[in-house]
Amino acid sequence: MSKTPLSRLFALAWRESRTARRRLLLYMSSISLGVAALVAIDSFAENVTRSVHEQSRALLGGDVSVSSNEPFSKTTTAFFDSLTRTGNAIAQSVTFSSMALVPRSGGTRLVQVRAVGVGYPFYGNIVSEPASAWPGIQRGRFAVVDPSLLVSLNAVVGDTIALGTGRFVITGTLKSVPGDLGISAAIGPRVYVPDRYLAETGLLVFGSRAQREALVRLSPKLSQQDFVKHFRDRLRNDRVRMRTVAENEYNLTQAIDQLRDFLGVVGLVALLLGGIGVASGVHAFVMRKIDTVAVLRCLGATSWQVLLIYVMQAAAMGLIGAAAGAVLGVALQFALPGVLSELLPVDVSVSLAPTAVALGLLIGVWVALVFSMRPLVALRRVSPLQALRREADSDALRNTLRDPLRIAVTIAIVLSVVLLGTSRADRLSRGLGFSAAIALSVAVLWVCAAALSTLAKRSVRPRWPFVVRQGIASLYRPGNQTRAVVLALGFGVFLMSTLHQVQSNLLRALDVRLEQARANVVFFDIQDAQAQEVDSITRAQGHEIVQRAPIVPMRLAAINGKQVTEMAADTARGRRRPGWALRREYRSTYRDRQTSSDKIVAGHWFSERRGNDTLPQISVEQELARELRLTLGDTVTWNVQGVRVPTVVTSFREVNWARFEPNFFIVFEPRALEHAPKQWVYLAYVPQGSAAVASLQRAVVSRLPTVSSLDLTLIQRTVTNVLEKVTTAIRFLALISLTLGVPVLFSAVSATRRERLREGVLLKTLGATRRQIGRIMLAEYALLGVLGSLVGVLLSIGAAWALMHWIFRSPFVPSIAPAAIVAGAMTAVAIAIGLLTGREVFAQTPMAALREA
Amino acid sequence: MLIARDLTKSYHSGEHELTVLRDVSFTIPQGAFVAIVGPSGSGKTTLLGLLAGLDTPSRGAVILDGADLTRLDEDARARVRGEKVGFVFQTFQLIPTLTAQENVQVPLELRGDPRAAERAAELLRRVGLGDRTHHFPTQLSGGEQQRVAIARAFVNAPRILFADEPTGNLDSDTGARIVELLESINRESGSTIVLVTHDAGLAARAQRVIRLSDGRVVSDIETERAA
Repeated sequence: MSKTPLSRLFALAWRESRTARRRLLLYMSSISLGVAALVAIDSFAENVTRSVHEQSRALLGGDVSVSSNEPFSKTTTAFFDSLTRTGNAIAQSVTFSSMALVPRSGGTRLVQVRAVGVGYPFYGNIVSEPASAWPGIQRGRFAVVDPSLLVSLNAVVGDTIALGTGRFVITGTLKSVPGDLGISAAIGPRVYVPDRYLAETGLLVFGSRAQREALVRLSPKLSQQDFVKHFRDRLRNDRVRMRTVAENEYNLTQAIDQLRDFLGVVGLVALLLGGIGVASGVHAFVMRKIDTVAVLRCLGATSWQVLLIYVMQAAAMGLIGAAAGAVLGVALQFALPGVLSELLPVDVSVSLAPTAVALGLLIGVWVALVFSMRPLVALRRVSPLQALRREADSDALRNTLRDPLRIAVTIAIVLSVVLLGTSRADRLSRGLGFSAAIALSVAVLWVCAAALSTLAKRSVRPRWPFVVRQGIASLYRPGNQTRAVVLALGFGVFLMSTLHQVQSNLLRALDVRLEQARANVVFFDIQDAQAQEVDSITRAQGHEIVQRAPIVPMRLAAINGKQVTEMAADTARGRRRPGWALRREYRSTYRDRQTSSDKIVAGHWFSERRGNDTLPQISVEQELARELRLTLGDTVTWNVQGVRVPTVVTSFREVNWARFEPNFFIVFEPRALEHAPKQWVYLAYVPQGSAAVASLQRAVVSRLPTVSSLDLTLIQRTVTNVLEKVTTAIRFLALISLTLGVPVLFSAVSATRRERLREGVLLKTLGATRRQIGRIMLAEYALLGVLGSLVGVLLSIGAAWALMHWIFRSPFVPSIAPAAIVAGAMTAVAIAIGLLTGREVFAQTPMAALREA
Repeated sequence: MLIARDLTKSYHSGEHELTVLRDVSFTIPQGAFVAIVGPSGSGKTTLLGLLAGLDTPSRGAVILDGADLTRLDEDARARVRGEKVGFVFQTFQLIPTLTAQENVQVPLELRGDPRAAERAAELLRRVGLGDRTHHFPTQLSGGEQQRVAIARAFVNAPRILFADEPTGNLDSDTGARIVELLESINRESGSTIVLVTHDAGLAARAQRVIRLSDGRVVSDIETERAA
């Protein structure tokens, strides 16, 4: 290397780049969006994680949370007493669903009741409107409710609200509750009441489902770990869950990390696409600089000096491009919490995340540099003779294929892709899979481009019009841009189309089959004694009960003679049954006829009984059967409220859980459970619409306040609304991704601009009209666009299938419409850019071009 | 100071071997003004390339100021060029994104010479363009561009200057003035000039004319001017 100080060389590089700067910047902007995405996602994740950490205690409400789906056993209650005696504090709460009625307005709605004890919550502020309502809640029969509830019940602060047989006065509305998702208020509006009056409501009866929680504020003498160590096992057999603040925080941040990694892949893909844009653009840039480089070599510049000059230019522009992306990412990061606030359990405090910005910047500059290097290293081979002669540019860059430095740079690119992919994946196998997929798609595109050139050569027929032939000839003649454009275009289409395919498949999976249901109102928590009355009320209003399903709560006792405790302890590989399946409460039903939602996949429906000595038959849902390792003919013994009921499995069912109907894991034949303690679920059909439904609900709730009901069409509408929001968000993202394609394509097309110009002008001189030149360009770009897009779309279908199969584990159906849209859009963009370039040909006079040549 | 010894250059074009130069030999002393002439296709430009170390011969050697160029690698030759050689091209070959002064500075900047700007300005004044230092090549006429090129060629005080058809893109009046300028600076600096041209009139101004035909030296004559 020479003794030239770097700064002087940089000054020369900067000056020389005067006119090229804007173009170079445009090429570098290909990576800006990728950098923006990465910076935004990382910053957001950092902000959320930090907020979770800051608010971790408020999120849980205590140092430890002990919860259960059943009333706390005597052991547990005694344990709580011992804790309070040793300086710790306990605050309890009970959460359950119930119907709420405002007698004044007649409004009724299913709500989430939270009966809280004194001191709840220990950490985190529940803010009410007016502010005095919440602190004063324990002083009487007061209720603090979600503001949306007042609207749906047509009530105001001061009204009385009836919960079961209890009456409470609404003293205020909830403004903020730490740890709650804003969106949950839409589904189950909350009503906070003091737990002292819970018994008055008469709501917690047989079969009710409620979650009980005890928050513990530890005395300074007891640490979280000690608490967990000593008491976890003691309470485990009581079916009690325990969560500490640390565990809660860990779970939340884990989830955030996974989301960040997943989204980060999108940003990464955008960045890689940008890299291709950079490579194409810099290639075009290099071609324009060949003459200058030759002169510099004549004037005494070594090949390394020359390389350094242009690497400096690329690096400077890359830095600016990445910086622009980082700024955009930071701006996005401020907007994200606002957009996602309803879906987050914390208030996210947004501040600059320097590590995220620095990382994004670094990655962006690196990608820009390493992709630029590949075309740049060719400059070292430019011979100074070029200044004397006027060889074709492609000759000047001869021998670049065997250049060891170029090969080294290509390897560096590959390694970078692999490294970036694995750094964002949670498993090495995923990262490698990602890199392999990218490599495969590039290889396929390359091969297709080469095939296209050969095909073009072979298929041209003399009979075809000149413009078409000329256009096709552009595809295979020396120095053609087929490979570059097909690669850039195809890869861009591939990425975008994959996104669209996955999106539409995911949406299809989410698409709750909201068929024209036979029923639009469901009544549940109906006690046996109340069933008759629900019937008569409904008939009195002129409506039909279309389905009656009995519900018998029970637990698993044994399978084929092996007790549950024995099976839970058996963790051997081929015999393991998951704890949740063994210990949960099963709410089963019985019926003698199959319903439309029952689809027998193995065995047969209940057959006629031959005698009372044979075991009652049950039909099991197929996924549960798989978890419990059941086979047809197995004996399953149930514990139904203390009575052991042995049964035999005679069929497996496939259940469509997405239907708005009562669906069950286990269906018994009637004789086994007819006399067991049960609840009922009734489905009714009310033809006249929601006003009639509300009136029916009111009628039932006023007479039977413990019976809950749901307007199914209302639920349907809410769910559809939420899904629509999610759909729109995904679609918006996909649309944005289309904009990525433009700078990349532009760069790719620019690569052979000079030849295009020279040729076009030559044609003009030889007598070609504007129209003819235009049509030649159109033929070439249309072909490139269509074929590149086609290959990209086909590749994307393969990739989307792989994603749906391995990652999302959902069935895949190729969607034609989004694929066609993406392909069409990109082809249009290709043609547009091509025609724009063609405009330059029209603008230049032949003399100017010839003289330049 | 410039010795060409049995220079031969052949190209492989497909299956043919095309020999452009055959056994060209001569010696040029320091301070001489030599013209290399010949019809197009005679190999003049190829010879120029070899003499300046822009290319390597298939056989033979070029010794410039004591250094055997044929034994040096690409970068070493570049360094020799930077220190000892100046170029003037037919198409001026100014870097379009640099101003006149910045163009002239380039050879010195590549060597890390801190006085580059000063020296460049000086030379531009010498060629009569002191008031156009900040103009870009597109803003200068052909003759002015060539003058900038000449300034650039002399900025590093070269021992030898190579000129390839320096008046080829200029009208005859301007061309004549350019040659006068070249000659006068040459006298002042004492450098050698090797001029390649197919213009007989231009060649006549040199002290010595080496004529090429079909890749061989057919005559090597000192003109009356040598006296």
